[in-house]
Amino acid sequence: MLKIADHLGIHQHALQLRAQRNEILASNIANASTPNFKARDLDFLSELEKHQPGEAMLSSNQQHMNSLPTTSGPVQYRLPTAESLDGNTVELHVEQMQFAENVMKYQASLNFLNNKITGLMSAIKGE
Amino acid sequence: MASSLSNIFDVSARAMSAQMMRLNTVASNLANARSTYTNKEDAYRAIKPVFTTVYADHAAKTGIASVDVESFVRVDREPTAEYRPDDPKADADGYVYAAAVDTDEEMVEMLDASRNYQNNIEVITTLKALMMRTINLGK
Repeated sequence: MLKIADHLGIHQHALQLRAQRNEILASNIANASTPNFKARDLDFLSELEKHQPGEAMLSSNQQHMNSLPTTSGPVQYRLPTAESLDGNTVELHVEQMQFAENVMKYQASLNFLNNKITGLMSAIKGE
Repeated sequence: MASSLSNIFDVSARAMSAQMMRLNTVASNLANARSTYTNKEDAYRAIKPVFTTVYADHAAKTGIASVDVESFVRVDREPTAEYRPDDPKADADGYVYAAAVDTDEEMVEMLDASRNYQNNIEVITTLKALMMRTINLGK
């Protein structure tokens, strides 16, 4: 049976990741003048792919590991175009653009979810 | 440090209070910029805040971090001696010592602090609007 969660599809995960990325970007902006702070960001695409219903790897033995070890965590450091003298790698213009883009895409995900819910509601009411 | 840093409001609020303390030091420094002293040792030296990052409990996973003022330091700069024999504060040789404050530097500091403060307000306003839209999801 198709669950409501399945109906919402990828958008619910996308929304969560966008919210997390907003928090990271806000942390970067908060630390814009802290010496030695290194700006961080989320690799949105690779994080989202973890939620895709991909094919599970087949194994011939139960002890075989079914997930490959990853070399890095979800949150990674940003490579600055020009590092400042105090070791801070936050570039405000970069962060602000990323933040604006992320907010816009969060709203897009929100709209997708809204449409899905509206569809469900009209199916339930049978109007 | 077990920080109470859990959501976006904490991040921005802490950053804004840190920038506010920075603005306070700028105000104190500018207020004392023109004062003179008889002794070199008594002369006012500019106060500067030292910023440090505070991480949330699971910062490696969530990436949440904010900023705190770790301490305040006095600049390591000599007060300038001015020859003003008429000044009531002048010492035996006719010198007074002016506060070690660079007003140009303080103005730049003020602009940077107020801009950072505004950035944090902007972030929180945007995210608050998003949260309101998310609360009203499906209506």
